[in-house]
Amino acid sequence: MTSTTPNPPPTSGFLPAYSQQQRVTQARVMRSEWTKLRTQPAAFWSLLSAVILVVGFGIGYSLLRVARPPHGAAAVASFDPAAVSLSGVQLAQIAVGVLGVLLITSEYATGLIRTTFAAVPRRLPVLWGKAALVATTVTAVSVPAAFAAFLVGQSILGHQHLAVPLSQPGVVRAVIGSAMYLAVIGLIGLGLGALVRNAAGGIAALFGLLYGLPLAAGFLPGNWAADVSKYLPANAGQAVTTVQPDPTQLQPWTGFGAACLYAAVLLGISAARMRRGDA
Amino acid sequence: MIEIRAVTKSYGATTAVSDLTFTVRPGVVTGFLGPNGAGKSTTMRMILGVDQPSSGSVMVNGRPPRTHAAPLHEIGGMLDPRAVHPSRSAHNHLLALARTSGIRRSRVDEVIDAVGLGAAANRRAGKFSLGMSQRLGIAAALLGDPATVVLDEPVNGLDVEGIRWMRGMLRDLAGQGKTVFVSSHLMSEIAQTATQLIVIGRGKLIADTSMAQFMATVAPTTVRVRSSDQDTLGRLLHAPGVTVALTADGALTITGLPAAQVGAVAGAAGITVLELATEQASLEDVFVGLTQDAVDYRAAI
Repeated sequence: MTSTTPNPPPTSGFLPAYSQQQRVTQARVMRSEWTKLRTQPAAFWSLLSAVILVVGFGIGYSLLRVARPPHGAAAVASFDPAAVSLSGVQLAQIAVGVLGVLLITSEYATGLIRTTFAAVPRRLPVLWGKAALVATTVTAVSVPAAFAAFLVGQSILGHQHLAVPLSQPGVVRAVIGSAMYLAVIGLIGLGLGALVRNAAGGIAALFGLLYGLPLAAGFLPGNWAADVSKYLPANAGQAVTTVQPDPTQLQPWTGFGAACLYAAVLLGISAARMRRGDA
Repeated sequence: MIEIRAVTKSYGATTAVSDLTFTVRPGVVTGFLGPNGAGKSTTMRMILGVDQPSSGSVMVNGRPPRTHAAPLHEIGGMLDPRAVHPSRSAHNHLLALARTSGIRRSRVDEVIDAVGLGAAANRRAGKFSLGMSQRLGIAAALLGDPATVVLDEPVNGLDVEGIRWMRGMLRDLAGQGKTVFVSSHLMSEIAQTATQLIVIGRGKLIADTSMAQFMATVAPTTVRVRSSDQDTLGRLLHAPGVTVALTADGALTITGLPAAQVGAVAGAAGITVLELATEQASLEDVFVGLTQDAVDYRAAI
């Protein structure tokens, strides 16, 4: 991510020569956002807690299940060893969601956003830069974390002959999908943060979206509860993290696609609001 | 060069700035004066392109601020010195800003040294005193070596040494041919630094003049005299264009006549002059008088 690419020529023939060197480009804004991220301790701690939650909770839940293995043919058939070892994702999603929220709301809280927007008057490169960074950093730490949780979890479950190998169909997809799901939750957090522009509000909205909506959907009458539930962001996105087909969930990639759509819509609305208006 | 033309800015039902028109020229320090709440910060946000005028146009170096391809080179601003991430160091704060425009890392060190923060460069900006935060804000404004520098209350909270440093810095920038626009709610902070003056109150333009002209026309000199016969002297001095007033302590204050002439009139009438002095109304008094009707928040007395 260096700015060695030649800058495009000025759009107006009127601009002086210096603007060639000091033009704002998407790549430069990305670099600026990277500098901010690596010098913001909250970002480091959220990523670290995501890793600890994915690995730690995955191991913990695997230990629990090996102590209380499934009984009966039906329970054994529906047992999903991969999902057990990846269950930490359920908690880690809060850590990465909060990362997304804080990355943008911290700038609004301090007023730094005005300095940022004065330097990048088109504004949207800032949002896209943050989004790209959330997606890449969360994926970069979550892929190894998910593999570690899976491998350690399976070695634990293996004691009761419950383990599945990576070579089994759908397992690699579930492991990598867990990391990708976390990246999408990070983007949803960023979108929420950019919309409400306030850390407490953004985190509350995140909890509402991930935990509140599924609860509320449970109160819907009859088949509605199940029909609506599977399209909610968390349920839809987590379809990609399981190996055993689950009738209450969407198909893995359909679900993941739906979660991506939520993130895209949130980011799109916040982009529209960010571009206009006062900072 | 900053050109403000018929700019009005409303936030909901509140009009912060109404029909403002003025020009800030390069090569001099222009002071931007007004009581708190007069619309100074709103105007500066529009100059930096972070707020949009409701109507009218703001041009910086010949273009609307948000259309510059290399904004840090065109407009450097400080709106709020505390607008930094508290756990980020001064160096990293400036580095992140520099990255947006491909400004090299050595320039970051340059501006840090220029504002005298060299020793604190790697300390968390959240721990800075207000004076240090002001310096960091100035460093950020100067990062792209911009043609136009806009600073909101840069002297606020500085100690004597800091104020002296700031004055020198502002004059240097103007000397380099830059447009320097500096706001304050205190006349005394601006009087010794600015050569041009924009005064606003309640979002409206009150004065757009040079400091010298402002002193001459808006802050006229008065002559204060005490003599053995105030009544007679007062009558003798009476003339068209001259006003004579008796102060509470028994002295006469005369406007419209130089001290020498007052002395000569007294001498010719055989009146002994006990005290004779030329007084300039304090700029602060003039400023307060000028903006009195335009103060939004005034304590009820």
